[in-house]
Amino acid sequence: MLLPSAEVNRIAQLARLHLQPEEVSGLQQDLSAMLALVRQMQAVDTQGVQPMAHPLAMVQRLRTDQVTEQNQRAAYQAVAPQVDEGLYLVPRVVE
Amino acid sequence: MPWETVIGLEIHTQLATCSKIFSGSAIMFGAEPNTQAALVDLGMPGVLPVLNQAAVQMAVRFGYAIGAEIASHSVFARKHYFYPDLPKGYQISQYELPIVGRGVVSLVSEDGATKSVGVTRAHLEEDAGKSLHDVFGGMSGIDLNRAGTPLLEIVSEPDMRSAAEAVAYARKIHRIVTCIGICDGNLQEGSFRCDANVSVRPLGQEQLGTRTELKNLNSFRFLHKAIQFEVVRQINILEEGGRIVQETRLYDAERDETRSMRSKEEANDYRYFPDPDLLPLVIDADFIATATTNMPELPDARVARFQQVFGLSAYVADCLTSRRALADFFESVVAFCGDATLVANWVLGEFSATLNKADLALAEAPVSAADLAGLLRRIQDQTISGKIAKQVFAAMWQGEGTADAVIAARGLKQVTDTGALAAWVDEVIAASSVQVANYQAAAAEKRPKMIGFFVGQVMKKSRGKANPQQVNQLLQSRLG
Repeated sequence: MLLPSAEVNRIAQLARLHLQPEEVSGLQQDLSAMLALVRQMQAVDTQGVQPMAHPLAMVQRLRTDQVTEQNQRAAYQAVAPQVDEGLYLVPRVVE
Repeated sequence: MPWETVIGLEIHTQLATCSKIFSGSAIMFGAEPNTQAALVDLGMPGVLPVLNQAAVQMAVRFGYAIGAEIASHSVFARKHYFYPDLPKGYQISQYELPIVGRGVVSLVSEDGATKSVGVTRAHLEEDAGKSLHDVFGGMSGIDLNRAGTPLLEIVSEPDMRSAAEAVAYARKIHRIVTCIGICDGNLQEGSFRCDANVSVRPLGQEQLGTRTELKNLNSFRFLHKAIQFEVVRQINILEEGGRIVQETRLYDAERDETRSMRSKEEANDYRYFPDPDLLPLVIDADFIATATTNMPELPDARVARFQQVFGLSAYVADCLTSRRALADFFESVVAFCGDATLVANWVLGEFSATLNKADLALAEAPVSAADLAGLLRRIQDQTISGKIAKQVFAAMWQGEGTADAVIAARGLKQVTDTGALAAWVDEVIAASSVQVANYQAAAAEKRPKMIGFFVGQVMKKSRGKANPQQVNQLLQSRLG
């Protein structure tokens, strides 16, 4: 079953990818193949199996609550496209 | 048609840690923009989040305080959306397996009735940064100091039925998180933020109506007003045959109304999945025991103790425990002077009113617990009346010294000398022949009320310094 092109466009929109119209059909094929694999896996009986959140059989280590980072704003902002008064400037996001 | 309001709250409490939830950046309020934003907070490639132990301990303390189940195994998930103040393109939160499960809090209303509100869950997450619009022509300014600040989001069941109940619940959560020391509770600085999910349904209907989510509620008063406005708005729409659109609405305090946020092009699709950068969080009994050592007496337990030990009503006990510092202050004053009812009246009345008027925090009050007890002792031993005590209190507040110093300096000691009192009583009787005749002609059961006139006159003559009980007795014997 082929994923409808509208779905491909919606996924692209969610990922903020700007697709060219000619790219859509190839992605329809690729994504459909991935979904077919997922469908195949879904056929496995997982009753009573705890979902795995992480492939490593380890648990989260915790950090002591201490301030270890110093202010390096000047260094970080040196590579930013545009800054003003200590703020990172980006294209305006609301009208 | 009678309508029923249904409200659930999502409360974001900023946890009182020193550093961020996944990085070692500081989280001091009011720092210069981006001076507390390191590589992890900026979402730079190649960095990894490392979970802050104190944030986890604080979440555990909250769960313990509301009797909730603490998950032995919880998972961090990525919540995806695009916004410039979220540089990674996702927020690290918890979705299917939150750290704190179902719990319950109880509310007490003024008439003493209690109500339970369910807490569905509470989960750990990171805050986003802040965007500044309208400052840099055509651009938005981004400050990432707040990005990565630890939050505990507390989600309630839709158990509240009025704006007043929603406020009572929010205040209760506020009281708990400040009491157990996991949040500074500062609403103005955004340390405690409420979003309200509000819907209405015909009374008796089981199914919930379509809800709207109200944001920008940065005080309990605005929470109350926003819900009231929204309920009326929804009922009006439904009664005119319209339907409610599920949306997020912002409260505008200046206009006292809620407004739809610019509708998004499509519904939110956060695409949650477990964050591969973080391993499952495992909490064992030892961890819980460590996190919950030094738990203070919780608000509900303190209310119960105040009722039992001090004989206070549920409502007064509730008011006194509204803030831990206030309850501590009350107990210190009682320790000095004993009479809990008198102390409660003063602490909740004159003392709190003066404090609020001066806009001071309790720790900044110029009158200490010992000072206030010193004043109340002078009421107890009848050196001064309650009325004069208010004058003395005002003078103490202005820095004129202890109660005894003020009473001596201003000559406010109550007159209990029978000779002086009798002279005032005789003067008043001589000057009030009409009232005396009326009093003597009146039935016995009406007299206690009528005698108030004479007592008032004597108090006036004495400039408030006569002992009212003695004056009353003298008048009764003189008037026959």
